[in-house]
Amino acid sequence: MTRSFLPITTIAIFILFLWYCLSIVLNSSWAYDRAARNSQTLTFKELVHDTWSQKKPKLPAPHQVFSEMWETTFNKKVTSKRSLVYHTWITLSGTIAGFLFGTILGIVLALAIVHDRATDLSIMPWIITSQAIPILALAPMIIVVLGSMGFTGLLPKAVISMYLSFFPIVVGMVKGLRSPEILEIDQMKTWSATKTQILWYLRIPRSIPYLFTSLKLGIAASLVGAIVGELPSGAISGLGARMLAGSYYGQTIKIWSALFAAAILAATLVTLIGLIQKIISKRMMLQV
Amino acid sequence: MPSENMISAKSISLRFDTEDSVVNALQNVSINISRGEFVSFIGPSGCGKTTFLRIIADLERPTEGEIEVNGMTPEEARRARAYGYVFQAPGLYPWRTIAANVRLPLEIMKYSKAEINERIQRVLSLVELNGFEKKFPWQLSGGMQQRVSIARALSFDADILLMDEPFGALDEIVRDHLNLQLLKLWLKTNKTICFVTHSIPEAVYLSTKIVVMSPRPGRIIDVIDSALPKQRPLEIRDTKPFIEIAQRVREGLRKGQSYD
Repeated sequence: MTRSFLPITTIAIFILFLWYCLSIVLNSSWAYDRAARNSQTLTFKELVHDTWSQKKPKLPAPHQVFSEMWETTFNKKVTSKRSLVYHTWITLSGTIAGFLFGTILGIVLALAIVHDRATDLSIMPWIITSQAIPILALAPMIIVVLGSMGFTGLLPKAVISMYLSFFPIVVGMVKGLRSPEILEIDQMKTWSATKTQILWYLRIPRSIPYLFTSLKLGIAASLVGAIVGELPSGAISGLGARMLAGSYYGQTIKIWSALFAAAILAATLVTLIGLIQKIISKRMMLQV
Repeated sequence: MPSENMISAKSISLRFDTEDSVVNALQNVSINISRGEFVSFIGPSGCGKTTFLRIIADLERPTEGEIEVNGMTPEEARRARAYGYVFQAPGLYPWRTIAANVRLPLEIMKYSKAEINERIQRVLSLVELNGFEKKFPWQLSGGMQQRVSIARALSFDADILLMDEPFGALDEIVRDHLNLQLLKLWLKTNKTICFVTHSIPEAVYLSTKIVVMSPRPGRIIDVIDSALPKQRPLEIRDTKPFIEIAQRVREGLRKGQSYD
């Protein structure tokens, strides 16, 4: 942690610097136009001040984004539609639901693939194909179909989220369940162990490190799925809805603060899974 | 020596067909092993000694020939848990303690809890590892890990113990110690042991019967019945009968070499 502090801070400072410069460049035409309308000329200092404090800038300055985040996180009631916490929670619940479905589906498919050659040959190509379809094109279809069946709100979002997250779980778990060495499988055979016993005593414990790697990829994919699921649905809450609303009204500051909220959420979730992984690996005497 | 046949193989052959060649892993191997014998299989790599052990264990099926293990086919014998198999590597599960590793086959075979605990104590004391129950594999040396693996193979009281170069990865001092222990264990349990090895002294020291094998195709060159007494201190290796048997083994190995 302390070792990575310096390099991370250096990069962060560099990005902030670049960002501020870009804000000036991208927002300057608006500032010049307004000055021209008022028959004014801008000094460099005035230009900088203007580009960093516009209401609907092309690229908001970092402090604008952060103050918007602060405002909508700490100065609004968490149940309010204007609270960032509220929207983050909506997206989080979709993410978690989709992640749980995706994990279960992924593990079940992996078990079927590992234990049955026919499933391996028949299903695996479809699983790979499923990920070649752009989710942005598929998401509205899922929402329309499920909506016509009477499902709205959380469920369609969770389904889209599941669609993205089951894939890394299947791939990782198939690899993990097949990771025991030949010697270990032979040893099980000499004890006349059943397939279920081999699965329970050997394959599942051996797959745990692979599972956690997959879960980390899966939860990030789930979040993307939940946000994509909020875009076309005419949803009024959730980070995705907030991004969409922001883009309708040109409220770039709002979009950026939702983007940052999503990034922070993703980082938190991945870190959380990493933490659980560390605890379990230590218990199981496995190297992380 | 009791004469009852524990393992009897008649003209066993095993061919592996690969895309560009046919490998004769075993050709026309016949042997009878009586109850309570300690049989070593010795030969250079590729002579099929491990393959033969795997055929006894039903991990490999012969292309030709017949084999009986304790009066059954290898598959029946495996299902009846007629043998314990010790592999080259200990194959312990890092997430299980020593006791839990020994417990694994017993859990799979659905022994009762009380009996499992009694058996763990018994076999761990057979390999002199009492007091290590709660340790994890990484806390034990390679030799100790292999002893756990032997204890585990003994835990379900199979009459036959199949050992595939169990001490191959250990240094000579540890190896001597384990050989001594294995002999004691064999005398105490009266099991039939089939033991694969690279080492001439190890084979001569341990065995009542030594099977010398040769590669391409894998076959038996010589079968030597050892007249050494059952009680064998390590010093027996400097006696004349021991050296004579070792010489005959060496000759057999040389004969196999000059074949190709």
